[in-house]
Amino acid sequence: MSAIAPTSPRTGGTFLRRNAIWWVALLFVLLLPQVARSGTSIAVLNQMCIMVIFSLSYNMLLGQGGMLSFGHAVYFGLGGYFTIHLMKMASGGFFMPLPLVPLAGGLAGLLFGLLFGSFSTNRAGTVFAMISLGIGEMIAASSLIFVKFSGGEEGITADRTDLTSLFGIRFRSEVDVYYLIAAWMVLSAWLMYRFSRTPVGRMANAVRDNPERAEFVGYSQKHVRLLSFMGAGFFAGIAGGLFAVNYEIVTEETVNLVSSGTVLLQAYIGGVGFFAGPIVGAIVYTLLQTLLSNYTEIWAFYVGLIFVATVMYAPTGLTGIIMMHLPIYRAGKLRSLALPYLRIGVPALCCTIGVIGLLELLHFLSVRAVGQSTKRLFWLTLNVEQPFAWIIFSVLAVGGFLVARRVAPSVLAAWEAASLHAFGGRAR
Amino acid sequence: MLELIVFSLLNGLVYGLLLFMLSSGLTLIFSMMGVLNFAHASLYMLGAYLAYTISLKIGFWPGLIIAPLLVGVVGALIERYGLRNVHRYGHVAELIFTFGVAFLIEESVQLVWGRQNVDYREPEILSFPLFTLWGTDFPAYKAFMLAISVAIFIALLLVLTRSRVGLIIQAAITHPNQVAMLGHNVPLVFTGVFGVGSALAGLAGVIAGPALGTFPGMAAVLGSIVFVVIVVGGLGSLAGAFVASLLIGMLQTFAVAVDYSLEDLFAAVGITTSKTSALIDLYTVTVAQIGPILPYLLLVLILIFRPTGLLGKREV
Repeated sequence: MSAIAPTSPRTGGTFLRRNAIWWVALLFVLLLPQVARSGTSIAVLNQMCIMVIFSLSYNMLLGQGGMLSFGHAVYFGLGGYFTIHLMKMASGGFFMPLPLVPLAGGLAGLLFGLLFGSFSTNRAGTVFAMISLGIGEMIAASSLIFVKFSGGEEGITADRTDLTSLFGIRFRSEVDVYYLIAAWMVLSAWLMYRFSRTPVGRMANAVRDNPERAEFVGYSQKHVRLLSFMGAGFFAGIAGGLFAVNYEIVTEETVNLVSSGTVLLQAYIGGVGFFAGPIVGAIVYTLLQTLLSNYTEIWAFYVGLIFVATVMYAPTGLTGIIMMHLPIYRAGKLRSLALPYLRIGVPALCCTIGVIGLLELLHFLSVRAVGQSTKRLFWLTLNVEQPFAWIIFSVLAVGGFLVARRVAPSVLAAWEAASLHAFGGRAR
Repeated sequence: MLELIVFSLLNGLVYGLLLFMLSSGLTLIFSMMGVLNFAHASLYMLGAYLAYTISLKIGFWPGLIIAPLLVGVVGALIERYGLRNVHRYGHVAELIFTFGVAFLIEESVQLVWGRQNVDYREPEILSFPLFTLWGTDFPAYKAFMLAISVAIFIALLLVLTRSRVGLIIQAAITHPNQVAMLGHNVPLVFTGVFGVGSALAGLAGVIAGPALGTFPGMAAVLGSIVFVVIVVGGLGSLAGAFVASLLIGMLQTFAVAVDYSLEDLFAAVGITTSKTSALIDLYTVTVAQIGPILPYLLLVLILIFRPTGLLGKREV
């Protein structure tokens, strides 16, 4: 906090205690496969952990450094490419245990972060965003052109089981890989958290909030940004390396703009203002992607809607919403919010159902076979040629939205009253 | 050789002016509101798809008018009910918002029209070769595109420099508060410029759809290039955007025609390259193949050597 607060000596005991939450996290992720045993859930968990690292690294830029990047997948993808090349070279060739290969991705991310950061971190904001987009496009296009390095459209593959075995573990099964990825995830998250507490991490926040004042204190805004940028590149590279280890293939899709957009979506939905935000975002996004895509083809559209709604109505993200209620929960006042939330929840739910219904019907119209006129939705069979279903869904959507907007101020007032009470009437 | 130069020049001009139709709106919006509209290229795509549907129902020519108008309305709505609410969170939030809108437009286009190419064609009356030089046809439709682009360029120039509205817009770019004090509705001007800029993007889509193809990826193909154009030209500089549009248009069309690689260059000066080198890709790739990345390379070079862009005043 400040220099006045007494700092505890770094003995073993306090180290354990100070990092208690991280030990709990490690224990939790290591025990998770005991609960979620099926192959699919392990696959989802692997993807989730990789995305957590990737999103956290992205937040080193956006949340902590104030740099909006549209090309962060460059470091993820290049990390993946370098890792997979190392795996190919090392297969049977020289001593290189699999748990260490993601480091190659990290180093690649770091070096390319230095290279591209050296001319793109002069300014933050819009200009940085555009340059990152340009670099992202350049690398994505290059990855299709330089076929020897990237394998072109087919991508490049390797076999992780060919590498030197460590204590007899050959990482044949997905669960083995899960432990590897999870360990890397906790380690990376811990390192990124520690980074945010270092003077450099603190200066990154200062530069984000007011670059001019940071310069007056004597720090070069460019250098501070560059350091964050390289750090973000490093961890994105680690995530890319783990991607390569997990899927044993790296294609252009890891490095392109869609991938860059995904990480922005994840981090933002989770909440970029909090360290845990991107973790929440990555988990929610992966769940949405894997679960929602079982039910609907247009899941990406829903994710986009959630994203735009977050930007417009809840810029602090899911974590921000949770944090808004933490003091109220501690004061035991959460119950006073139940009724107001019910009042807005019901119309919001109606609106959601209406929008989903309309979108699904619209989508059905464009993909249906000739003569097909009924669609099953919400356990109902609907006829798209009759206006009935359309009218019902439109009324639900519009009516729900209007009612929700009408009661929104009173709900906000209820929240304010509750949180004022939680803070004991103190001015915040 | 002459044939190649003439046709590349013509095609480059068509492509460059198309780029300008997109980048002019983007630059105007940026210099007014400080917002880079990420959804600009998506509106271009929306214009093409809307025009396709209209051309099926009532023909190409009504589509040429109606589709850009519809896109303009969509743009104005996005500004009025989306962007204006997000404004209080700052420019980065605005940029993120337009990114989300771009994502939504792209997904909804696929939702409505499907994931395949649609068969959007030029009208019968324009599908003939205008002239034939050295055995190569120059389609009349490209001349039509050229004519529309030039007409839009001149109209834009006249409106911005000669009309009262243009004066208010120019004043609102530099001194929004003063303009508001004089009794002009500056937010309305913003919405109007956003709408007109979107309509221009829509028009670009309508005329580019039949020539470049109407498919879900068409926004992604052009979107980033347009961003490159306005950075290379100099942020907020309309003249710069014009120069950069033509430059990049020419660069891309000429690159396609040049089938030489570094290896050929080395061979010409007497250096032989090893076939087994790890950098073999770098030597053997031809200029035509790296065509797609040339604009981005130009962007990086500009940023390093001339951070203000070609004609811009503000440092990037």
